[in-house]
Amino acid sequence: MAKYLLLKHYRGAPAAKNNVMMDQWSPEEISAHIQYMNDFADRRREAGELVGEQALAPTGLWVSHDGEGRPPATDGPFAETKDLIAGFMIIDVETPERAIELAGELSAAPGKNGEPIHEWLEVRPLYGEPPLVQD
Amino acid sequence: MEPSFDPAVVRSLAPEVLAILVRRGADFAAGEDAVQEALVEAWRSWPDDPPRDPKGWLVTVAWRRHLDAARSEVSRRRREELVDAEPEPGPAAGADDSLRLYFLCAHPSLTPSAAVALTLRAVGGLTTRQIAEAYLVPETTMAQRIVRAKRTVSEVRLDEAGDVATVLRTLYLVFNEGYSGDVDLAAEAIRLTRQLAASIDHPEVSGLLALMLLHHARRPARVAPDGRLVPLAEQDRTQWDTSAITEGVDLLQSALSRDRLGEFQAQAAVAALHADAPTFEETDWVQVVDWYDELVELTDNPVARLNRAVAVGHADGGRAGLAALAQLDDSLPRHSAVAAYLHEMDGDVATAARLYAQAAMRATNLAERDHLTRQAARLNTARP
Repeated sequence: MAKYLLLKHYRGAPAAKNNVMMDQWSPEEISAHIQYMNDFADRRREAGELVGEQALAPTGLWVSHDGEGRPPATDGPFAETKDLIAGFMIIDVETPERAIELAGELSAAPGKNGEPIHEWLEVRPLYGEPPLVQD
Repeated sequence: MEPSFDPAVVRSLAPEVLAILVRRGADFAAGEDAVQEALVEAWRSWPDDPPRDPKGWLVTVAWRRHLDAARSEVSRRRREELVDAEPEPGPAAGADDSLRLYFLCAHPSLTPSAAVALTLRAVGGLTTRQIAEAYLVPETTMAQRIVRAKRTVSEVRLDEAGDVATVLRTLYLVFNEGYSGDVDLAAEAIRLTRQLAASIDHPEVSGLLALMLLHHARRPARVAPDGRLVPLAEQDRTQWDTSAITEGVDLLQSALSRDRLGEFQAQAAVAALHADAPTFEETDWVQVVDWYDELVELTDNPVARLNRAVAVGHADGGRAGLAALAQLDDSLPRHSAVAAYLHEMDGDVATAARLYAQAAMRATNLAERDHLTRQAARLNTARP
């Protein structure tokens, strides 16, 4: 088993096929999209594959240490051109192929006109533990 | 005096108790739930009030829980009459019963992770929460994995001939691919393999147990106080657990004497050669190569071929090791790490440094990544 992070972007990912911003969808289309995402997470949980998921707000700041006794330096909000992560799901699956299969399924979430978005998702392996037997 | 309460002893009884319940007619999933409840009850009451006959106590409580559950199920469905409250006195579970449970929990119809989860739960007697914590997933996720596994094996007849190979593979996975949490999965794997060895006479079971003991023996020396992974060459061998080594070597020798070689015996033989060497430099690399040859012949495993190339390097020099490596696909995991090691051995420091950095990028765990990055840094900063 290995854990994978599925990353969803607000911006910065290659353009999706059905690339219409969410505020241009009908309310029903938005509900259908959210339902698809929830059902997907439920199926992963039932399959014993879900580790966790979280959505992120599109706001935030850069923060950096600015010397002893000084408050941290900040910069932001994020520039419009910056990659922006919208949320993530962590799955624990048998093979890398399974992680890719599931990311493909998640990318098929419906968008405008109920058509799959074909959104590009980033699939990143998490580091595991070193095996005990190495020689 | 009653014996003091030992959780490991309580858990070691779980498979026998479950086997008795199943033979009395409980289906596997329901019986397993009942045994878990009895174990929890034992945890609660035994420290103050230890029973004279622990197994009998667990059978009685588990059977009562099973009947309670069956009864509420029945009344919920408003169907049959209440079942008889008194259990039939069943025969005591023997080695065969435990063995059947191992086979069932590692049934070939299960995925490896499902077999691991079910084995730890039903044979190991760990709670779902403990297993979930050990594998860093939420309890609900692990519970689902176990439920699905039980559903998969519920159709399997308990008298079906079992497959030792899948049981051994499952126990090996528990040993080798666990996290280092509160539950020591490596120790648990050893306990379960030891228990298995007591119910079946099979050289590969002994081989696996020997392999586990020989690697477990090195664990005190394997990680530095700061958490760094210490490679075999740099380990303080005085920290190795000599009693585990002695037991492992004895087990291996008696398994090998039966002349039915298998992959676990061959792997254990390599580990025994390392255990036997007073220092890394004194390792009998020629024999290590011989054992890797056996292993490659038995399994055709690319990891064995990679390790063989390292051993060839030590036996015949870096150049010979690189020649052995040249026949292997360079997309194999740890290929660049091995190549870096052999190039350094061969004196090509620049290539070694570049390959160590590349290997660090390809590592699948943090400890290895950090180790390989340090190796690259060591070579890069040593150069004029």
